[in-house]
Amino acid sequence: MSKEKLSGAEALMRSLQDEGIELVFGYPGGASLHIYDALFKQQAVQHVLVRHEQGAVHAADGYARSTGKPGVVFVTSGPGATNAITGLATSYMDSTPVIVISSQVKAHLIGTDSFQETDMIGVSRPVVKHSFLVLKAEDIPTTIKKAFHIATTGRPGPVVIDIPKSVTDPDYKFDYSYPKDVDIRSYKPVEEGHSGQIRKAAKLLLASERPVIYAGGGVIQNDASEELIELVNFLNFPVTNTLMGLGAYPATGDKFIGMLGMHGTYEANMAMHNSDLILAVGARFDDRITNDPAQFALGAKKIHIDIDPASLSKIIKVDVPIVGSAKSCLRQLLNELKKNESKLHKEKIEPWLNQIQDWRNEHGLNHDMLQKPSPSGKILPQQVIQSLYKETKGKAYITSDVGQHQMFTAQYYHFDKPRQWINSGGLGTMGFGLPAAMGVQLAFPRATVACVTGEGSIQMCIQELSTCLQYDLPIKIINVNNSSLGMVKQWQDMQYGGRLSQTLYEDSLPDFVKLAESFGHVGMKVEKLEELESAMKDCFKLKNKLVFLDIVVDQDEHVYPMLEAGMALDAMWLDKETKTWE
Amino acid sequence: MKRVVALLMENQSGALSRVVGLFSQRGYNIESLIVAPTDDPSLSRLTMTTEGDARVVEQITKQLNKLIDVVKVLDLSVEDYVGRELLLIKLDSSEEAEAKVISLGGQVLFKNESILNAEFVGSSEELDKIVTSLSESNLLEVVRTGLSGISSTSKTLTI
Repeated sequence: MSKEKLSGAEALMRSLQDEGIELVFGYPGGASLHIYDALFKQQAVQHVLVRHEQGAVHAADGYARSTGKPGVVFVTSGPGATNAITGLATSYMDSTPVIVISSQVKAHLIGTDSFQETDMIGVSRPVVKHSFLVLKAEDIPTTIKKAFHIATTGRPGPVVIDIPKSVTDPDYKFDYSYPKDVDIRSYKPVEEGHSGQIRKAAKLLLASERPVIYAGGGVIQNDASEELIELVNFLNFPVTNTLMGLGAYPATGDKFIGMLGMHGTYEANMAMHNSDLILAVGARFDDRITNDPAQFALGAKKIHIDIDPASLSKIIKVDVPIVGSAKSCLRQLLNELKKNESKLHKEKIEPWLNQIQDWRNEHGLNHDMLQKPSPSGKILPQQVIQSLYKETKGKAYITSDVGQHQMFTAQYYHFDKPRQWINSGGLGTMGFGLPAAMGVQLAFPRATVACVTGEGSIQMCIQELSTCLQYDLPIKIINVNNSSLGMVKQWQDMQYGGRLSQTLYEDSLPDFVKLAESFGHVGMKVEKLEELESAMKDCFKLKNKLVFLDIVVDQDEHVYPMLEAGMALDAMWLDKETKTWE
Repeated sequence: MKRVVALLMENQSGALSRVVGLFSQRGYNIESLIVAPTDDPSLSRLTMTTEGDARVVEQITKQLNKLIDVVKVLDLSVEDYVGRELLLIKLDSSEEAEAKVISLGGQVLFKNESILNAEFVGSSEELDKIVTSLSESNLLEVVRTGLSGISSTSKTLTI
């Protein structure tokens, strides 16, 4: 059979088709003209034209997080490439499979400071899992295959493929074939956990009297929720999820004790601090979780399952490190536990579960604030999230931006399914929410998708409202508007004597209703609690329209609980006046 | 404590910058670094010395292993190894200088009326001593390669 002759640009498009890619987010430019021409001449891969490259990467990331499939981006050289960096760093910190295909100036011009030239490989190096510079058209199919393999396996992460314009030259054709599989000698992620370590872990789990399961984003990435739930049901152990892990174990499940860490629930942080055994799965003992590592859960033995060996004993020394995928290791652990079922004494942990319940009764979150007006008479951000939860019956995909609204959503929207909650946890990228919601809505056109944001974050990628019109994306933007950079303001209130340095801009905010309307969408504004629920209803009733719901909330509300820096996990502010330590 | 880490990596552009970048990115110090292709031309071997306790070095080797271009990593300093580096010097040419070089175990590589070049091979500590004792002569220039090492156990850094 004679092989097909394709140019580099055509081979790129064909490779993406052969990889099963249906959607690409991007923005064309001089160096990517050949690629965009090849894109034009085919139908299998659809392209979404964003308004800024940062939006393209966040959208691809949102697509990847909600589907588990890799998100693909096209950017041009120079500014196109550098605009993608924040998106890459966001994806890198949260370990999501994103492929950015950046165009580069012609090969012979590299290094000459030519027009729109940037060393993309160099600039992106600290924020990618790997990168490739393609110097021959013939290398395109293999490089694409390798890139998808690297991005989606092991600990997932973003991969950059930088392709000089000359390599995509339409006049140079070669025999195209797409490799069936790929072998990289230096990259062989381990899926299965070491059986000896699994046995050790099972023994500790069966002996524990005050256990906590601490599950992170790795459980979601690896589609291991089923195994996690089975393990929890088998052991009857309490579970806490990290910000990235929300939905890994259902928030309405009876063993869920809420999110842990900086703004975690009182009972989750207290349980971690007082436990005798922590089983960490797909989580990385981030500084927002541990508070002072030297004082972190000193009475607890620690088991840590992670696909990335470098995550083990990086921050916290653990007793039983297990390298492997969450799914495989949890399954192995379950099998080992079932073999030893006679040694499982569920009643042994009853006092511990009662203790956690007491903590919850004492200082747990109030999930029933909707009917009770606040002393200030203003809408509270918590009430917004509770109303959103009620209206969407907890079933919407929720993306968020970064700040107080993000924490309130994490605390008050009960995520029951993995991949339902899409947020920038590691990098904390303001501007992530709206483009991420585009990616989710394009992946699931019939699903309800809401972006919870603030008037600060939304302005960072507001231009994507135009993209939403072009592709008819009926996203619901829930703007928790406190006319200030709320999270920074909260720290200034608490630790800087209330000196609000550069966190206020009340008089210069846009009229968001008119702004949404000018982009061809629907805008609504709410200022009174009694109007909140009906506005929320009206917003979600408009199934085929993007609605920008601008909700004016109390500027002085803080997110609690909040850990006190430099202390253990039991040192929390519970409200503006109450703290748990002396 | 001084640690010696050796690794094999793909002999291709970008690999070295990823290794070096990792050190600056994660705040590790490199004391010396030496790299060259191996007998298998598809691979380069790199030896670096760094300061740090066992935990830091464990993190370094894990992070290095994570790099896609890095094929294999070995912390030589956890067991017996030999480490050697090359010292090249330039001296004012004289008979005394030549005698001194030879008495210190060096080899003269070049000599004319004004310039004398010599080489020494040894452990870093030996070379430190040689540089000190030569400093009384008219030492014009000193260059050291940094440490290269090989394990003295049955463990091999090969694929």
